[in-house]
Amino acid sequence: MSTADLLARAEVEDFLYKEANLLDDWRLEEWLELLTDDATYQVPPTDMPDGDPRTTLFIIADDMVRIRSRVKQLLGKSAWSENPPSRTRRMISNVRVVGHQGEGFAVSANFVVYRFRHELVDTYIGHYEHELVQRDGQFKIRKRKAVLDIEALRPQGKISFIL
Amino acid sequence: MNEVTEKLIIDDEPAGLFRVNRKAFTEREYLELEQRRVFETCWIYAGHESEVAKPGDYRARRVAGHPVILARGDDNVVRVLLNTCTHRGAQVCRQASGNARTFQCAYHAWTFNNCGALVGVPGDSAYSAAFKREELGLANPARTESYRGFVFINFNPAAESLTDYLAGATEYLDLVADQSEVGMRIVEGTQAYSIRANWKLLVENSYDGYHGLPTHQRYMQFLSETGGSARLDGARSKCVDLGNGHAVIEYESPWGRPIAKWAPSFGEERKAHFEQIRRRFDERFGPERARRICESSRNLGIFPNLVINDIMAITVRTFFPSAPDLMEVNAWAMAPREESPEDEALRLDNFLTFLGPGGFATPDDVEMLESCQRGFINREVGWSDISRGMHREIPRTDDELQMRAFWRRWNELITAPKIRPARKAA
Repeated sequence: MSTADLLARAEVEDFLYKEANLLDDWRLEEWLELLTDDATYQVPPTDMPDGDPRTTLFIIADDMVRIRSRVKQLLGKSAWSENPPSRTRRMISNVRVVGHQGEGFAVSANFVVYRFRHELVDTYIGHYEHELVQRDGQFKIRKRKAVLDIEALRPQGKISFIL
Repeated sequence: MNEVTEKLIIDDEPAGLFRVNRKAFTEREYLELEQRRVFETCWIYAGHESEVAKPGDYRARRVAGHPVILARGDDNVVRVLLNTCTHRGAQVCRQASGNARTFQCAYHAWTFNNCGALVGVPGDSAYSAAFKREELGLANPARTESYRGFVFINFNPAAESLTDYLAGATEYLDLVADQSEVGMRIVEGTQAYSIRANWKLLVENSYDGYHGLPTHQRYMQFLSETGGSARLDGARSKCVDLGNGHAVIEYESPWGRPIAKWAPSFGEERKAHFEQIRRRFDERFGPERARRICESSRNLGIFPNLVINDIMAITVRTFFPSAPDLMEVNAWAMAPREESPEDEALRLDNFLTFLGPGGFATPDDVEMLESCQRGFINREVGWSDISRGMHREIPRTDDELQMRAFWRRWNELITAPKIRPARKAA
């Protein structure tokens, strides 16, 4: 692996850790600034992890209009599933830059997200397939896809926070 | 438990009061009674014929707790096979879905064809003449019948026909099935989740018009932000007890419907296309029924555990209790088979605005149901009230008639079961 590759991975890792931190701290307005204007956020269904949201029923397939609305709802009062908000803690590992073309980086990383609510712990395990772009020396997220390894949302029940 | 010795509902029509004993949500003994008296005597939704579209297609799943295989045989008949080898019990189908000529048990290699017949037993010279292959095919539930592609099973051989059982619900299944000229289909992808609450709370919630505004404020805000109206028109709304515990609410909704009610969030460029779809419905059914199919939304509950909500998209949702305070839910999207890729993408997108574990509404329902279940720990409060609108001559969608229809039937089955004749000992 070249020094450039190592540096790219280190930068991507830093970026993902920073993003995880913003989400765990519920600093969602700041998190929004990490996204491009045409960003998407997807969670495929557990039985079709490779599906396409145009032909497969997903769990989440947001465009930027919906992502912004989601954040506004989560920071407001009436998203009852997150009011009071869950505590979350994200562990991100096995970060790899799996492709690089022009300004774009295809990034893969594993995640474990613990969610604490009503004195119960739910664990979400899977991997990310992100597309980052580098603009003015900063990474932005153009595609954010969280693919779950768990076979069903049982007993997690819902993905009401940003996974 | 065989005899119910306490009152589970209070149904006082003259006084206009209806109450449900919260033990119905919390006690394991009632869960066990439900298993025998509800889930083993009623018609239970097993799947849709479109999920096994070609001969050999199969889906392994749990239906009312039973591991089964929904399979279309080489003879083109859709069957429900109990997923257990008739030899020693192992599950013969080990994949969630696929296409197969045969199911071979991995344990001793007994082989069954996709119609369920036992076609291979290694070393069968070891068996006596009394061993008959034709008696050892994969077992079926006592009955399997379908209505317009919806496949149901019944473990009671003496059950009435599915169509009789569905009673008034067939009218509403037709309003869904008629949305296609060639047949509806289940879209790939299952929203498989659970709720830490009693399954009957989801029955109540699925056609509860009263909770819409308080629970789903944020969805209504999202609708108005994206150019929709959050106003509900009460004039065309109704709530109907469909018999046998089934019920429906039907209403003009504030959201757009992929068939075929345009909304600003769908984009101006689609407006003409929606009008064209709508014209075809006018031709097929006349303006009145076309309007009903296209513009009205419906939340349909088929007793005991099937919900078909034809709202901003169509969801088919079934659920089953794994404990008094835990249910397993599976939900799918349904679409006309002939729908264009653009329309299908729009439909699925519209589905996700409200529905499912990541939607802008379902998670809040889940939260409320779990909150009710935690509230029930206060056993000092023994009853839930479902009296709303009981005195009203014409029930409204935000009344609770639909829930009363469910509970009356549930109570009838739980407290006065038809006792099957006991088998004589051999």
